[in-house]
Amino acid sequence: MDLHLKVEVLDAKTREQLCFLDKVEPHSTIGDIKSLFYKLYPRWYPARQSLTLDPKGKFLRDEEILQSLPVGTTATMYFKDLGPQLGWTTVFFAENIGPLLIYLLFYFRVPYIYSDRCAFTSSPHKVVTMACVCHTFHYLKRLIETIFVHRFSHGSMPLRTIVKNCLYYWGFSAWLAYYINHPLYTPPSYGEVQVHYAMVIFAICEMGNFSIHLSLSHLRGDRSRGRRFPAPSKNPFTWLFFFVSCPNHTYEVGTWVSFSIMTQCLPVAVFTVLGFIQMTVWAKGKHRAYVREFKDYPAVRVAIIPLIL
Amino acid sequence: MSAAAQGTSKAAHGDVAPKKKKGPGALATAYLVIYNVVMTAGWLVIAVGLVRAYVARGSYHGLYYSIEKPLKFFQTGALLEVLSRVFLTWAVTHSVREVQSEDSVLLFVTAWTVTEIIRYSFYTFSLLNHLPYLIKWARYTFFILLYPMGVTGELLTIYAALPYVQKTGLYSVTLPNKYNFSFDYYTFLILIMISYIPLFPQLYFHMLRQRKKVLGRTEDYSKVE
Repeated sequence: MDLHLKVEVLDAKTREQLCFLDKVEPHSTIGDIKSLFYKLYPRWYPARQSLTLDPKGKFLRDEEILQSLPVGTTATMYFKDLGPQLGWTTVFFAENIGPLLIYLLFYFRVPYIYSDRCAFTSSPHKVVTMACVCHTFHYLKRLIETIFVHRFSHGSMPLRTIVKNCLYYWGFSAWLAYYINHPLYTPPSYGEVQVHYAMVIFAICEMGNFSIHLSLSHLRGDRSRGRRFPAPSKNPFTWLFFFVSCPNHTYEVGTWVSFSIMTQCLPVAVFTVLGFIQMTVWAKGKHRAYVREFKDYPAVRVAIIPLIL
Repeated sequence: MSAAAQGTSKAAHGDVAPKKKKGPGALATAYLVIYNVVMTAGWLVIAVGLVRAYVARGSYHGLYYSIEKPLKFFQTGALLEVLSRVFLTWAVTHSVREVQSEDSVLLFVTAWTVTEIIRYSFYTFSLLNHLPYLIKWARYTFFILLYPMGVTGELLTIYAALPYVQKTGLYSVTLPNKYNFSFDYYTFLILIMISYIPLFPQLYFHMLRQRKKVLGRTEDYSKVE
């Protein structure tokens, strides 16, 4: 008795048969199928392949085993080209290195940004230097986390997305850096008090955000106990997990709110609001996914703002 | 659909109710008809106003003043309208007095007027389920000329407003200020003009494609939709 399976791959849009694989081992994974498909179509490397059992369904993970899928002796799959892909690490790196360096260009008043006589001068206001330290620290932290802490789910992201994201982050950092480091910058209305309080909140939020990232990466690394949802640990910064599903986003909003107050700069506030909206969308999605997956998910938790949102 | 038939289809799809295409209810239809009739009338008023003013003056200079009030009312009242129309009317033509006597204003106002009369007639008739082919044809054909006409008028008007905006610093905020922010309306207008370059062709070709789709199927349709 032949225990091998047959796999046919159809184009999701046109339904034409792209390939027919004979004698496939039942314990092969989707990843194996993608490798075989790649041999026939060299321009579609595995990372840009999306294989589904249903033309409109969710794509199958690489680790899935053929045998465990609801298919008969012939598995029919639908292929979609996800476009050129870049690794998440590359994407995050590009998104964060831009703002880091761009802000510094403005801080050091590189020529042609401001008037000639201001080139390479420095601001008399202490807050401007503090803002630069905070901004630089924020993006350095993100870069370090990208390399050492984050564990990404899928391997990649489409090229168009990275261009769009970089334009957004780089553009905004240029816009807000321009005003903060401008020769005509006006320091905050309540002076040192305002700046110091804001810096304290900033520091707390950065530490909080880092703690959550660590906690999440441990969760992902610990495969042995199956899938679990994130929970508070001994670290007080993680106690925000009692109230929200995505405290990393909560802390991030806090960081930018404090930075807005510290610099009293409208473009920073605009960036904060937009970031808040985007992160709320992400947090709500994540929250919904948690609630769906875990029957014992804590009822008191909301997505991003404790007891509110 | 009889109850028995509904019961059967429900069973066939499990507990998913069959999707029925629902048209607007009677009240909604009435509202939409009135709305579209009013919009058609409004734009007709503007058109008539334009013609009368031309006849009275013997030239088309100063035409803007004669239709200024209804233009503002009907433009702002139509909240469903594309943002560019409102912007052109208020942020450019109204705000920069010097621009109001420009021929370019006449150009885009005329283009909009004709377009809107046709468009709202189209909606009105569609709602009443009695759409004369002529109106449908007009809607999907006149734009070929009116779009470029309107865009040209709009661009010329914005261009005409530029020197005055720069001189007076209209709607602009300069440094230093408490919130460390600045806005240059002059640069903003130039950016708007540049944005027409990618936007206009996209809209135009979309309308051309729509035209092929809608008018290409006339053999299958009688007068009534």
